[in-house]
Amino acid sequence: MIAARLLKNGIDRRIAATIALLVGAAVLVPVLHLAVPESSPFHIPAHAVVLFGKYLCYALLALALDLVWGYCGILSLGHGAFFALGGYAMGMYLMRQIGDRGVYANPVLPDFMVFLNWKELPWFWHGFDQFWFAAAAIVLVPGALAFGFGWLAFRSRVTGVYLSIITQALTYALLLAFFRNDMGFGGNNGLTDFKDILGFPVQAPATRAALFAATALALAAFIAVTAMVVGSKLGKLMVAVRDAESRTRFVGWRPEHIKLFAFTLSAVMAGIAGALYVPQVGIINPSEFAPANSIEVVIWVAIGGRGTILGPILGAMLVNWTKSWFTAALPDFWLFALGALFVAVTLFLPKGVIGMWDQWRAARRSRVDGVVPAIGTQPRQSLGTEAAE
Amino acid sequence: MTISAPKYPASPTILVAALLAVLTLVVFAPSVRADEAVVRAGLAKFATAKGFGEVEAAVRELAATGDPAVSKPLAALSEGNLYVRKSDAAVFIATSNGETLSLADPLTGAEAGTAKAGEMAKVRVNNAVRGAIRAVSGSLTLGSGDAGVRLAAANAIFSRPDPNTIDALDAAIAKETDATVKARMQIARSSSVLASDRSDEEKSAAIKLISGLGSREALNLLTSFQSNAPDRLKEEAASAIRSINGTLMAWDVAQNVWYGISLGSVLLLAAIGLAITFGVMGVINMAHGEMVMLGAYTTFAVQEAIRATAPGLLDYSLIAALPCAFVVAAAVGIAVERGIIRFLYGRPLETLLATWGVSLILQQAVRTIFGPTNREVANPSWMSGGFEIGQLAITWNRLWIVAFSLAVFALLLLISNRSAWGLQMRAVTQNRRMAASMGIRTPWVDAFTFGLGSGIAGIAGVALSQIGNVSPNLGQGYIIDSFMVVVFGGVGNLWGTLLGAMSLGIANKFLEPYAGAVLGKIIVLVLIILFIQKRPRGLFALKGRAVEA
Repeated sequence: MIAARLLKNGIDRRIAATIALLVGAAVLVPVLHLAVPESSPFHIPAHAVVLFGKYLCYALLALALDLVWGYCGILSLGHGAFFALGGYAMGMYLMRQIGDRGVYANPVLPDFMVFLNWKELPWFWHGFDQFWFAAAAIVLVPGALAFGFGWLAFRSRVTGVYLSIITQALTYALLLAFFRNDMGFGGNNGLTDFKDILGFPVQAPATRAALFAATALALAAFIAVTAMVVGSKLGKLMVAVRDAESRTRFVGWRPEHIKLFAFTLSAVMAGIAGALYVPQVGIINPSEFAPANSIEVVIWVAIGGRGTILGPILGAMLVNWTKSWFTAALPDFWLFALGALFVAVTLFLPKGVIGMWDQWRAARRSRVDGVVPAIGTQPRQSLGTEAAE
Repeated sequence: MTISAPKYPASPTILVAALLAVLTLVVFAPSVRADEAVVRAGLAKFATAKGFGEVEAAVRELAATGDPAVSKPLAALSEGNLYVRKSDAAVFIATSNGETLSLADPLTGAEAGTAKAGEMAKVRVNNAVRGAIRAVSGSLTLGSGDAGVRLAAANAIFSRPDPNTIDALDAAIAKETDATVKARMQIARSSSVLASDRSDEEKSAAIKLISGLGSREALNLLTSFQSNAPDRLKEEAASAIRSINGTLMAWDVAQNVWYGISLGSVLLLAAIGLAITFGVMGVINMAHGEMVMLGAYTTFAVQEAIRATAPGLLDYSLIAALPCAFVVAAAVGIAVERGIIRFLYGRPLETLLATWGVSLILQQAVRTIFGPTNREVANPSWMSGGFEIGQLAITWNRLWIVAFSLAVFALLLLISNRSAWGLQMRAVTQNRRMAASMGIRTPWVDAFTFGLGSGIAGIAGVALSQIGNVSPNLGQGYIIDSFMVVVFGGVGNLWGTLLGAMSLGIANKFLEPYAGAVLGKIIVLVLIILFIQKRPRGLFALKGRAVEA
């Protein structure tokens, strides 16, 4: 259905190329990792597979944030919470899969519960031994939280900076909650020491390759979904809400419904990204809820170019690759670099790398053809405020 | 027992008489001092005492003389330093130095030669004897000339009630002139009465006296008394316990309110600068916490500078740090405003991101300069220690911070309501374009407001350096709480910030005992998120078209 919609509406060539690239990577990377001998220059080593799998998860998270911020003008400083919740749902499934192979060899209780002297499984851990249940939780828990939160916030017209602050409060409250041992999520240490996923050992090269492929395919699918959403009438309304919420309301639309849809869909995407992230890195702990993490996601989107579909993906890859490089080469300077990025991007690159590229191309074309460039779905400079009007 | 100096005209006879009187008084001076012979006789009992029972009896007899001088041999006995010379049964305090023992007179402490270890026999003690010594030594010091010592003696008896002390207490109470000490002695006496086999009437009076104390130790005393009291008194003790519990509960509430105010004033300090900048410029300064941190590090630097140059003034380094912290943080704030924020007007969300970047840079800069570990800012002497009001423990540093934050608040209120600059600030807050049309230079107001807000954060850092670690992450710990205060209190009105800070502080501290610190904080956060639904612009929201987004 999605494909049919996309074909009907026509799809940006670059987006189609990216989807094709991701699908290609989903096939090619496992092959190069598994089938090509290690001596060959084409072999992709295990750490690279994990690293790029991680980047793809981040890219999906960034895409999710872009949907609400770039297209709907809601700057969420708490998207890390949805990511982490999805991750915890997956982590709980993986914990249950350990079975009696834990340190304490308890067939039902995860190690940390035995350690805390718990006698039986808390009610919210039931069902997580089934993958379908965990999968449902990955989608439903972040989705339901976002729906409830958004329903309250958008209905009472909490906007702009206030909304950003309370999303931050949300993830901060969850951070504190998950740090508590009594919560039943492993407290400070989180969930780790995973053994199997769907019956396959998580550490095995084949599983790793499969997880990478799944992540790449998921990202490709959600790029298609996002493209479809923003290309639809609903997407136009989202942009309208972003640029002039009051006007959209006066024209007769219900901005809170539009926002709620975008926010919930985005939270689901973030949750899935988190669920794919956890088996690849092998741990989920409360620090994923840290407000600083969520703000970092914002900078990925801003760098790549918000209000574009490929921008956040590019931005997430770029920033995280730089981070990997910096933390290895110049660990003390990473925060300087990141801080400077925040400042520089907001001052000099309001449309991100993709926006710059488009502007430059459009400027060149207009010089050649004398055509005035159309900005299309690019966000206006004054996002999230109409006070300046 | 003091000597009245002759005030009348000195005639030789009177002078001589006075001198004689002085001499008599010196010799027979404190009336508590018993005849030394009696004391010596009491001491001699240790030489003949057989078994711990007799030693204990000797201890009590010695104590019954009421002479403060006996506390020395008793202390020595308790420590096992009281010896009897085998040859003549004389009692000495002896300290061992290897083979020989150096002897000292038990009463005067005068040196009395040495002896071989074999010539001396130690007076043996057990825990029962030690307990008796502890009990009687309280009553001994009741006669001391120092009110503080007498008070300590009364407290010692109160915590270890002993029927044998009642008579000594009665005597001491009769003579006592200091009202506090007297009250305390009466309470100590009551506790001893409860432990004695006195009449029920006396005991019930004692219960009344103790229940009036309303403290935790009184509660313990009565609870242990109640468990083996006769029926009639049981009832009385139970009602006294109930009344003490009620008093304690009230004190608990008062203590929580105080902790809440204390936390609230910290939040107020951290948030008030943020509220100003947010109110005037509509800008959330994510680097605000780092301004607090810069203030704290400035305090540290000033302290080190003073330590190096004028160590005598170290106690006042905080006062010197206040203007420095203000200037440092305000300068950084103005630089950030001029360098970054002014290019981002009308884009509050991007300002938020840019200032977050600034905060990362400042954190890393401080980490690079001062190192990642915590720095120690010492409490000056006038800020350490504390005092108690009833059951309320108040530390000086907390009290100072509450006073300081209120002073800062009052100063800001004055600036905002009474100065031309404050008027312009409020005008820009309410309607920027109209203010600009009236000739207010809004960019200047912005820059100075940002400087002021940052400077206030800097001096908040001076105060916060007194109650927490000075580390590069200092600001991060306060930033979310500060946001909550601003969001809760609303902008454009400083009273909103005060009310927001205080109610969040008190709510936090009242939830803590029931829910634990972390859960309490979570509940507060959730409550704020829900509150925002009802009042999206906080408690004190500005009204009017200009603020509609």
